[in-house]
Amino acid sequence: MINITVNDRVVKANPGEYILSVLKREGIRVPTLCNLPDLFPSGACRLCVVEIEGMSGLIPSCAYPVAEGMKIKTHTPRAIRARKTIVELLCANHPDDCLFCVRNGNCDLQNLAEELGVRERRYSGNKSEHKIDTSSPSIVRDPNKCVLCGKCVRVCEEIQGVSAIDFVKRGSLAYISPEFNEGLNVSTCINCGQCVAVCPTGALREQSSLKEVTDALNHPEKVVIIQHAPSVSVTLGEEFGLKSGSDVMGIMTAAFRRLGFDRVFDTSFSADLTIMEEAAELVERIKTGGTLPMMTSCSPGWIKYVEQFYPEFIPNISSCKSPQQMLGSIIKSYYAEKQGIEPYRIFNVSIMPCTAKKFEAERPEMALDGIPNIDAVLTTRELARLIRMRGLDLRSLEPEGADTPFGERSSAGKLFGVSGGVMEAALRTAYFMLTGNELEVERIKPLRGLDGIKEFQVNIAGLEVGVAAVSGLGNARKLLEQIKKGRKDLHFIEVMTCPGGCINGGGQPYTTNPENVRARMKALYEIDRDATLRTSHGNKDIQRLYKEYLEKPLGHKSHQLLHTHYKSRKK
Amino acid sequence: MQSNHNLVYSGAEFDQDCWATVCQVKNRFDPDVRERLSSPEVLPEIRHLKTSHPIVYVGTGTCGLGAGAGKTLQVIRKYLTENQIAAEVIEVGCIGLCVEEPIVEIQMPGRQRVAFRKVTADKTVALLDSILKNGQIPAENIIGQHRSAELKAWLGVNYIDEHPFFAPQTRWVLANCGIVNPVDITEYIARGGYRGMITAISQMTRTEVCRTILDSGLRGRGGGGFSTGRKWQMALDTPGEQKYFICNADEGDPGAFMDRAVIEGDPFRLLEGLAIGAYAIGASKAYIYIRAEYPLAITRLKETIRQAKQLGLLGHNILDKGFNLDIIIKKGAGAFVCGEETALINSIEGKRGMPRPRPPYPSVSGLFGKPTVINNVETLANIPEIIARGPNWFNAIGTERSKGTKVFALSGKINRTGLVEVAMGTQIRDIIFNIGGGIPNGKKFKAVQIGGPSGGCLIDQHLDIEVDYENLIKVGAMMGSGGMVVMDEGTCMVDVAKFFMDFIQRESCGKCIPCREGTRRMLEILQRITRSRRNETGNDALERFKGIMYLNRLSQVIKDTSLCGLGKSAPNPVLGTLRWFRAEYEAHIFERRCPAGVCTELLHYEINTEKCIGCTLCAKNCPAGAILGNPKTPHYIVADKCIGCGTCVDVCRSKAVTVK
Repeated sequence: MINITVNDRVVKANPGEYILSVLKREGIRVPTLCNLPDLFPSGACRLCVVEIEGMSGLIPSCAYPVAEGMKIKTHTPRAIRARKTIVELLCANHPDDCLFCVRNGNCDLQNLAEELGVRERRYSGNKSEHKIDTSSPSIVRDPNKCVLCGKCVRVCEEIQGVSAIDFVKRGSLAYISPEFNEGLNVSTCINCGQCVAVCPTGALREQSSLKEVTDALNHPEKVVIIQHAPSVSVTLGEEFGLKSGSDVMGIMTAAFRRLGFDRVFDTSFSADLTIMEEAAELVERIKTGGTLPMMTSCSPGWIKYVEQFYPEFIPNISSCKSPQQMLGSIIKSYYAEKQGIEPYRIFNVSIMPCTAKKFEAERPEMALDGIPNIDAVLTTRELARLIRMRGLDLRSLEPEGADTPFGERSSAGKLFGVSGGVMEAALRTAYFMLTGNELEVERIKPLRGLDGIKEFQVNIAGLEVGVAAVSGLGNARKLLEQIKKGRKDLHFIEVMTCPGGCINGGGQPYTTNPENVRARMKALYEIDRDATLRTSHGNKDIQRLYKEYLEKPLGHKSHQLLHTHYKSRKK
Repeated sequence: MQSNHNLVYSGAEFDQDCWATVCQVKNRFDPDVRERLSSPEVLPEIRHLKTSHPIVYVGTGTCGLGAGAGKTLQVIRKYLTENQIAAEVIEVGCIGLCVEEPIVEIQMPGRQRVAFRKVTADKTVALLDSILKNGQIPAENIIGQHRSAELKAWLGVNYIDEHPFFAPQTRWVLANCGIVNPVDITEYIARGGYRGMITAISQMTRTEVCRTILDSGLRGRGGGGFSTGRKWQMALDTPGEQKYFICNADEGDPGAFMDRAVIEGDPFRLLEGLAIGAYAIGASKAYIYIRAEYPLAITRLKETIRQAKQLGLLGHNILDKGFNLDIIIKKGAGAFVCGEETALINSIEGKRGMPRPRPPYPSVSGLFGKPTVINNVETLANIPEIIARGPNWFNAIGTERSKGTKVFALSGKINRTGLVEVAMGTQIRDIIFNIGGGIPNGKKFKAVQIGGPSGGCLIDQHLDIEVDYENLIKVGAMMGSGGMVVMDEGTCMVDVAKFFMDFIQRESCGKCIPCREGTRRMLEILQRITRSRRNETGNDALERFKGIMYLNRLSQVIKDTSLCGLGKSAPNPVLGTLRWFRAEYEAHIFERRCPAGVCTELLHYEINTEKCIGCTLCAKNCPAGAILGNPKTPHYIVADKCIGCGTCVDVCRSKAVTVK
């Protein structure tokens, strides 16, 4: 540890650490628009500048390492004036339509302007004009609101390894665009929405389906059925001032009913169903010498990534649809039959932590007889907007339970929300299928945590099964390259598009604090810890579904309703 | 200092011993080349000190070609064939006196070489007739003859080293430029080339090479002036299997063409310097990052790399000393910011040319994360002689903290535009008025912009300062890469600032906010100052004054906070002109006029009623219908309608229209 002086106070710092991280630890806030934790600093926004004794210019604290005896002043008039000028310059090229902006009240630029006391239009002149790109089913790009902090570009390239967008042109003409300034829909974008999650302004946002959903709710003949993804119940609370990781499951269910949804189901139920199919598929592949390693298919960004960049791995991907699509499919077949509702009258809404799910729902493969499995996907953030629009006060609601017959879920299904969770759930069931005994959960704990690549060997019935859970597609690429080079010890790989899994999805409440993501993860594992039903195969509703309708995993009906196939998108 | 420049036509020292060590290296050497260079009889021929036939040298650098040297060359070749004259034609680079291009030099057997100016295609035949057929030096268009002890002088012909353009120069870097065949390695070697590299590789340790450069006091010629020796030492001290050396030939300042001239005129000097540098830091791969707009330079570099490889002076196991070096030419797309070293590294890596924060400095973590040294062309061109002659030879001239020479590109309102190399410490007055020949058309000197857009302008009172890094910074300019743009009294300084701001805001990479957004607003503020009230709408007049109020504040923040050198120096053109020409700004702002008469929108046209004969030409031609008057009576310009195009001035036969 070394000593540095910050604002006349001596503090400890680690050698080589950036000044900004020391300031954060000491509770000294300097603003930044471009900093991303764990990535090499880009130093683009210059808002975090501080004064250092003996140095002539202002120094960007995000990109400058501390040194013994360094004397730093963070809020001198010169530094504040610089920050304020930078924000004023950004405002001079901003559309100024906060009242109409999806980020109104939740915008970093707006907050900075307020914090720094921007009260006059000191600089004015021409504003850059760009077309808004609404081509993607998942993401809307409005370059007019872009401050070119570059975070989206870096996340897309450095975390996801996709590089769908980059800077084009120079100087004040510079903007961020997919290749050849074409629509995001025809780009290599995998719709994960990590760019939306880091965007400080309204330049990137989800393609909203709120209107379709409210229209359906107001439609007299539609039966509007809602399902919600496993991670949503532990993140929605943040939108309403609860601390990260608060589970609002019951209250949320009550809210859905107040909003007018006719049935409330839990996607964790179909996660259990996915496990039944996927575990059976894995067992079959291992027994019959099928393509290995098998890779999970529940994360739609990952699917498009493989189709686009690694089509040679398509046979490795499990043919199971994602839980969202499985439930949608079952609702419009089994449930519709059972309830005597014509499938076209059903309007399936799903609440997802994800923007890629919007893309997935629109895939032509995800329909039966021309009727889509899912009609509209809302992100967690959109759900919060819907709740606010309807003036619901979550604190006054009493918790309620989900509807039958898809209301019961195991906590294994709930674990789908976190990286390593699908693997853990699948292993619990596969172990049971192969040995007839229940797996001790303690044995597979190495699959937990926020590391990008987690690997583990597990002995099932004398068979050494190599498994890995990766999150963040940059990490997936590393693993795929190893397999291409001949790595053979892996049998089953879980891939989550977003780092950490769905709890950090592109549709979740905005957060810049990695601790929030950690708290969300912890909440899911606590739910599992305290649950009585912890395995998918133990779910009575699942067992009944097979008995009444599907017969057995990988059976004929399953293939028709729950499985699909993919094809190369390589250009 | 006259003896230092190579226009004294005896060639630099060729060291036979040094050469012998090279020749011993196995059979790698082309036996023919080895033989020729080892023979005392052939050596003078290679150096063109002995010739049995006439030699015609044509300056075909980019400046020469621009002035028509290509056509001249065609005429010469055709003339020689048609007249069956067995003369050799050699294409050389730019000798520096760009204003006199195309320059042709002719050397008759046994006689000294004579340089002629402005030999355009139409004048070529007469010149060749006179010398080649009649053996007469024509009386006109002579620049001078090259001095040489071995050759007979022409009577009555001045020496080129006494020419006012060349006499005050100290040509070290440019020694061979315009003299030698740039793509003939034997000639380069015969003139003492590769002595430095051979010495370094065969006799010196890496540390000794770094030490020598450090002791010489050589500082980076690309801008900042960081000690080259220290830079090398830092990279040498950083452990690493793979290291890189990069030559920055991305010369982007408007009005700068030093690097281009060196590469076109003497590319082997650069290769040698680069090889020494790579050896010193332990790099086995070197890149030359050069803008694609320099096609001739690229062609010559490729050819020289091929020749050096063929002779084993580049490539695998150079001189059997276990030193490998590959040189890769990387073409840049001509972005100004790619001259900044971290942006340049990004560009080589295939990324967008945007700077990244330092530290880590490239000498620790540069290209592909490996220790990397980046030097510009002129810096590297200094290296071979420093090694060959020792650090004390180099640091014997210059000022206390700036040693050696500096090449400047003179352009703008100056009589002799061109490339000059002077000892550090030479007065700016000397450069502009002696070497450059002063201001054309009897106009007054107003200012000189040094260091391109990042630099600053100097005025009358600075002319006596001695050129070195510190002195230039003291007066608000900087060495930069060495462009000198001279301005006369007809130049409007607000317009100049506008020009540079426009350049910078277009060339900013767009990464950091103060540079991207700030320079754009600064340009707009300047544009408003020079906009006529007629073209203002809405709140424009208010914005004009508001802009002026915040110009200084904005400049300070951009300087204070920008990421790279481009941004940090972006406000310099405004701050510099504002500092020395405040009155001119005030005339634009308060009196709404441009004293230099450049900003067209601020010009006021009036018709002198005494001179006007009422011919109606002006009224007929005025595109704005702003001129009223009856035929044969004096006309009148309605100021509010006038758009300031100047058509009335052009068409008036009585010179009755005046401009203020």
